[in-house]
Amino acid sequence: MIPTIFFYLFSAVLLASACMVVTARNPVHSVLFLILCFLNAAALFVMAGAEFLAMVLVIVYVGAVAVLFLFVVMMLDVDFIALREGFQRYTPLGLTVGFILMAELGLTVGGFEFAGVGQSMGVTSMTPGGTDVGALGNLIYTHYAYVFELAGLLLLIAMIGAIVLTLSDRAPPRHQDLSRQHERSVSETLTMVKPELGAGVALPNPGEREVA
Amino acid sequence: MMPAASLNAYLVVAALLLVIGIFGIFLNRKNVIIIMMSIELILLAANLNFVAFSGALHDMAGQVFTMFVLAVAAAEAAVGLAIVVVYFRNRGSIEVEDVTLMKG
Repeated sequence: MIPTIFFYLFSAVLLASACMVVTARNPVHSVLFLILCFLNAAALFVMAGAEFLAMVLVIVYVGAVAVLFLFVVMMLDVDFIALREGFQRYTPLGLTVGFILMAELGLTVGGFEFAGVGQSMGVTSMTPGGTDVGALGNLIYTHYAYVFELAGLLLLIAMIGAIVLTLSDRAPPRHQDLSRQHERSVSETLTMVKPELGAGVALPNPGEREVA
Repeated sequence: MMPAASLNAYLVVAALLLVIGIFGIFLNRKNVIIIMMSIELILLAANLNFVAFSGALHDMAGQVFTMFVLAVAAAEAAVGLAIVVVYFRNRGSIEVEDVTLMKG
């Protein structure tokens, strides 16, 4: 009874915060509601028996992706009010599509009847008594090893891509090099000349002088 | 482990989450950041379905696949936000309707 109440509580907060994500006036609020959304989804994951994935969801999404969104929202100096233009104009279209989709999904889920667990499920069937993390680790390091490495490769490529995209080709900042400054002697930089009266002074070999 | 609620309840929640995500894409046609958040919601709905079926069928394949979906979603968010930052640096705006450079 109590788990059912908690299921409905978490689902209600999940759906409400999802609505706030798409309708919030301030994008920072959207990101914060997205975090609330993911936390509630993690709670639902725990109730479905996927404890490890729930923790991964909290760490990866709340810890990394949501903070990334927050960074970008705060870094860009965009007039977010101007971006909300046409909000009212597109609402009827969005509601129409949403209702059609919801009706379709309702018909699908309404006609769906769970036939129960079959007999043989192959290597991926859960062993009774084992932990979720153990079962998942057993699978991804044996049966799904190549796909797992492919996922790692995908993340590496995404990281390289993001770095290459945002790398700016500005000149590197000029640092003070103390040892080079101390190595300079007076004879390298200072020249004493005796100009004739009214003749002016010219630099001797200006190209050779090192500008430090 | 048996889920606390029936499989159908999970499916209904995931379906509603999917609809909210698609509604968000239609609603925020200009703000590309909110569109990306809506895509994250849609992927979360898919993950919820995977995990619910995994629990109901006593099969770990759904959870393994959810991990891969999480990896792809994280990569997508990173690259997408990088593109948004570069685009903002070049054009000074992130309006989706301004993106017509390829039109010629």
